[in-house]
Amino acid sequence: MSAAYHNYNHRTARQLRYLVIALGCLLFLSTLWGRYPGASLLSPTGLWQDPLAQRLVVTLRLPRVLMACLLGMGLAASGSTLQMIFRNPLVEPGFLGVSQGAAFGAACAIMLFGAVPFATQSLALFFAGLGVVLSYLLARHIRFGGWVLRLVLSGIAISALFASGVGVLKYVADPLTQLPEIVFWMLGGLYAVTWSRLLSILPIVLPSLMVILLMRWRLNLLSMGEQTAFSLGAAPTRERAIALAAAVGATAAVVSISGVVGWVGLIVPHMARRLAGSDAQKSLPIALLIGGIFALVCDNMARTLLAGEIPLGTLTSLFGAALFIVLMTTANPWLRGAR
Amino acid sequence: MDAIIALEDVRFAYRGVSQYVFCGLDLSIPDGAFAVILGPNGTGKTTLLHLILGYQRPQHGKIYLAGELQEQYTRREMSRLVGLVPQDEAVAFDFSVLEYTLLGRAPYIGPLDMPTDDDVRIAMEALEIAGVAHLCMRSIISLSGGERQLVAIARSLAQQPRILLLDEPTAHLDLSNRNRILCVLRTLNRQGTTVVMSTHDPVAAAAVADFVVLMRDGKVVEAGRPKDVFTAEKLSITYGVPVQVLRLEEQLIAFNPLS
Repeated sequence: MSAAYHNYNHRTARQLRYLVIALGCLLFLSTLWGRYPGASLLSPTGLWQDPLAQRLVVTLRLPRVLMACLLGMGLAASGSTLQMIFRNPLVEPGFLGVSQGAAFGAACAIMLFGAVPFATQSLALFFAGLGVVLSYLLARHIRFGGWVLRLVLSGIAISALFASGVGVLKYVADPLTQLPEIVFWMLGGLYAVTWSRLLSILPIVLPSLMVILLMRWRLNLLSMGEQTAFSLGAAPTRERAIALAAAVGATAAVVSISGVVGWVGLIVPHMARRLAGSDAQKSLPIALLIGGIFALVCDNMARTLLAGEIPLGTLTSLFGAALFIVLMTTANPWLRGAR
Repeated sequence: MDAIIALEDVRFAYRGVSQYVFCGLDLSIPDGAFAVILGPNGTGKTTLLHLILGYQRPQHGKIYLAGELQEQYTRREMSRLVGLVPQDEAVAFDFSVLEYTLLGRAPYIGPLDMPTDDDVRIAMEALEIAGVAHLCMRSIISLSGGERQLVAIARSLAQQPRILLLDEPTAHLDLSNRNRILCVLRTLNRQGTTVVMSTHDPVAAAAVADFVVLMRDGKVVEAGRPKDVFTAEKLSITYGVPVQVLRLEEQLIAFNPLS
């Protein structure tokens, strides 16, 4: 009988191999893919002979491609983690005030300093963090409900506060200069990525991803509810707080650069669970890879489909929602009797 | 027989509630016993199990497990000593039965480690003892109530605890499933595990217990061997209604006649 289990593990290992290869190829092709002026691939030999093209690829294309990959991975890992610790498959990484906090911070920066990328990113990161802290503090003061319900409710309240703050800022913004900047930021996009901005978030994103990957089997335990996790030797409150901090840190960091990019963190964990089962030991690495591929494909389209940049957030929402509908209406082929 | 679980003068109230659930509870359960905590709904049976598990801490009094004070065990040591099959456990994701059972190995796996082949083997053996190994690749959410409870017990077997606590394991189950569960627990008890099971069903209790604790309103009415405790008078006090006890083919049957 455990032979069936080992087959199952081998299937996951095979899926992982394929996805790593796919992501590797995609990364390589993405660095060559662009509008010259029609959407096409740069030939490697042409690149070798053209110093201008080389510089373009290394200083502009490469950081953007890597950032897209990191964005997808961060949101997918964070979404998977939060869905497990909140025991709710509809949780999305930005829900604890992170997304709206970041949007508010970015809008503030645009109003105060104009479109200075460093200021926008810093304030977005700061307010994303503030959003989580406020949600957490408010949750501790809510007088009813369990841990999950309290955090969800306070996340909704804090997000709404920041959203209305963004509304006020939009209302008073200069409609010719500031307002378009704010709107563009909130639609999400990676057009302003540089090496220095990419490197600036690595100290947050990489340790967070590492913590989540190392804890991934433990996440199963934390998804079982308080009594069970406790009786199996976990310290649920402390371990959840660690996983939560890692997930939120990764989200806040990538969102501070990309703006609001919806649906990746919600849909990718579902796709990964469909492929590899609910056990996070298997599905989390798969989610990371799918997230990277998904965000990279969407960003490639965003920068090449039209002459102008298409906001990344609209593309991820479009494809994310479409995939969500497909997943929700088809049966799981792997697990007998699954929902 | 030494007591493996001993509570001394335990007082406990839930936070924010002025009324005590237990007000000076004394109880000791012998090592290797099949103990059944019997009492009406809402009498503190679940709270008692939570206190033994350390999930709730008493405001006053001492709890000894295997001769040591409960506080002296680390979380990991506790989880190797005491297992719990909770009542009505909600599972949010459709794990396979084997993945779910593997969680029972958590006390032996570091927080950053993954289960090994040995853990998988032990989990499979646990499923075999519980008689549900054929379900190992099924989704946990698709199981019937009886299968689900057997799988939950298998997870606790994989945990290999010295003391197994079960919170109403036979509630909502039909006769045949109830007996399957009781048989698995009896086998386990004969292999040396101390089983402590709460139930409001005196018939199930009488069928398996060698130690019965009658509880009412957070107090122990009587604790001891079934033949001493299982009397019409004591059961009537426990349940607050007239109870009659019959002996039929070596089994005790208690019931409240409809008037």
